[in-house]
Amino acid sequence: MSPLRRFLRTPEAIAGAVILTALAAVALAAPLFFPSDPQAIAGPALLSPFQDWSLPLGTDRLGRDVLAELFHGARTSLAVGLAAAATALAVGAVIGTLAGFAGGLVDEVLMRITDAFQTVPAFLLALAFVSIVGPSLGVVVAAIALGAWTGPARVARAEVLSIRERDFVAGARVIGMHPLEIALREVLPNALPPVLALSSVIVAAAILTEAALSFLGLGDPNRVTWGGMIAEGRAVLRTAPFLSIVPGIALVLTVLGVYLAGEGVVETAAVRKSLS
Amino acid sequence: MTRAVILVRRRLVGSIFVLLIVVIGTFLLLEAAPGDAVDAYIVSTGGDAGMIELLRHRWGLDQTELTRLANYLWALLHLDLGQSVTFSRPIRDVILERLPNTLLLMGSATALSFGLGSALGIYAGARPGSFRDRFLSVGSLALYAVPGFWLGLVLIIVFAVDLRWFPIGGIESIASARTGLDRAADIARHLVLPVSALGFIYLALYLRMMRAGMAEVWRQDFVLAARARGLSRRRIVLAHVARNALLPLVTMLGLQSAQMLGGSVVIESVFSVPGLGRLAQEAVAARDTPLLLGIILISAVLVVIINLLVDIAYAFLDPRVGASEAGA
Repeated sequence: MSPLRRFLRTPEAIAGAVILTALAAVALAAPLFFPSDPQAIAGPALLSPFQDWSLPLGTDRLGRDVLAELFHGARTSLAVGLAAAATALAVGAVIGTLAGFAGGLVDEVLMRITDAFQTVPAFLLALAFVSIVGPSLGVVVAAIALGAWTGPARVARAEVLSIRERDFVAGARVIGMHPLEIALREVLPNALPPVLALSSVIVAAAILTEAALSFLGLGDPNRVTWGGMIAEGRAVLRTAPFLSIVPGIALVLTVLGVYLAGEGVVETAAVRKSLS
Repeated sequence: MTRAVILVRRRLVGSIFVLLIVVIGTFLLLEAAPGDAVDAYIVSTGGDAGMIELLRHRWGLDQTELTRLANYLWALLHLDLGQSVTFSRPIRDVILERLPNTLLLMGSATALSFGLGSALGIYAGARPGSFRDRFLSVGSLALYAVPGFWLGLVLIIVFAVDLRWFPIGGIESIASARTGLDRAADIARHLVLPVSALGFIYLALYLRMMRAGMAEVWRQDFVLAARARGLSRRRIVLAHVARNALLPLVTMLGLQSAQMLGGSVVIESVFSVPGLGRLAQEAVAARDTPLLLGIILISAVLVVIINLLVDIAYAFLDPRVGASEAGA
């Protein structure tokens, strides 16, 4: 069986793949369907959904097109989630590899720093970082990565500890490669698979953190975010609960899609391992 | 008993290093923040350049970074977190005032997610691969995908706005002059929704861990032996499988505490619970960086203490922990 067929064996994995594909399509198509600024006023304020076919999901408190906001919000959510997770995985893998490969004092110091980052609630750290540096897309990505790299670092270190005793590492030493080059070019790529297995959990957590930050008003003010839409709708929670509920459902579906697809990938990898 | 003492001593040494790194981190963030304590003070009181110069000198802000870090550490050792500009009070007092509410919220939510999560995990893990196992696994994953603040809003819409069963927010009825049990009941009523919002999210974690742990234990020989002895399925599930799968969940309690604290920030702001998390949001809104970093420091200390308590509990539950050191 090809890996793709194997991946699509369980209904959970299929559901995850469908959700993520649809989401990617929505994110990519947002500027095509809604080329104008989603934060611009498009009609009367607080128009209920399914009333006007040019504004299918109605408008928010300020008369902005809810559907356009949802589409553009998907872009922000996915972009921030993926960028933050990639940053966290890369930083974590490098730090974990260096700690595991160097051993001794370097390992001790790096692992205590990792402990320290795990002791501080990640969300509070992100909150403090964004509020001090100022909200922009890059800062939000960095703030989320700041609280998410510790898991990958620990996994990478554990993996490197078993890899560094292997023959090919000894071989690299014998031919006189610089230890840093051995660590990053020889050991790191081999330690990656278990680190990458964490990616779905980290992407999901990053999307949720971004949503919570923008819910508290710490997202990039120039972008539509689902968290920001929920916060906007909160002001009219009694009269138009719809405005907070819909972006929330989009968030749940997205995160669920990431989890389900991630489980599918892990199961596929497990099957491959047991076959070989 | 000696095992627990040895464990605590070893963990304490490590914790001091970790907290030292956290302090240096918050110091760096404080330095990176635009403006310093003098700027904040002048904004609220007014004053000329000479006054600013004088204050900077008096508060030691014109010294080198290392001296300032030493001063900062020295003050922290005396439990002095500095002065909050927003509240015009010592940061320590403001935080201590809010802490009980957060602890109450966190404690109840943890009890809910741990209790219900492990119970459902046992229910799912009792028959691995069955329909209820699959249903609970996917269902818990869906719950884990829900943003806590949004679940909070949905609960408000349904149970506070539509059904009017519970209050919409706050920690107790204002100016109700209730005392004793009456007051406790009032607070409990206010906490039902926030505790559910916070607790249900993390329930999935315990459920899935319990289930996965049980799946491992089912394969072990002593389960086969228990079956051979003719024990009832119920007894095997509860006394043999679940009991052995429960231990890792206790460790998770400690690891989860930092995340719970982070989660309570948004939950407290949704339900206007006057706790640490809401204070953090107020600090952000008022640009009160020293207060925000004080909250981070206290949270880190709290997480360290919780993990220490979990370790002690673990040592009591699992006789193998620390046994080698105690014997040596």
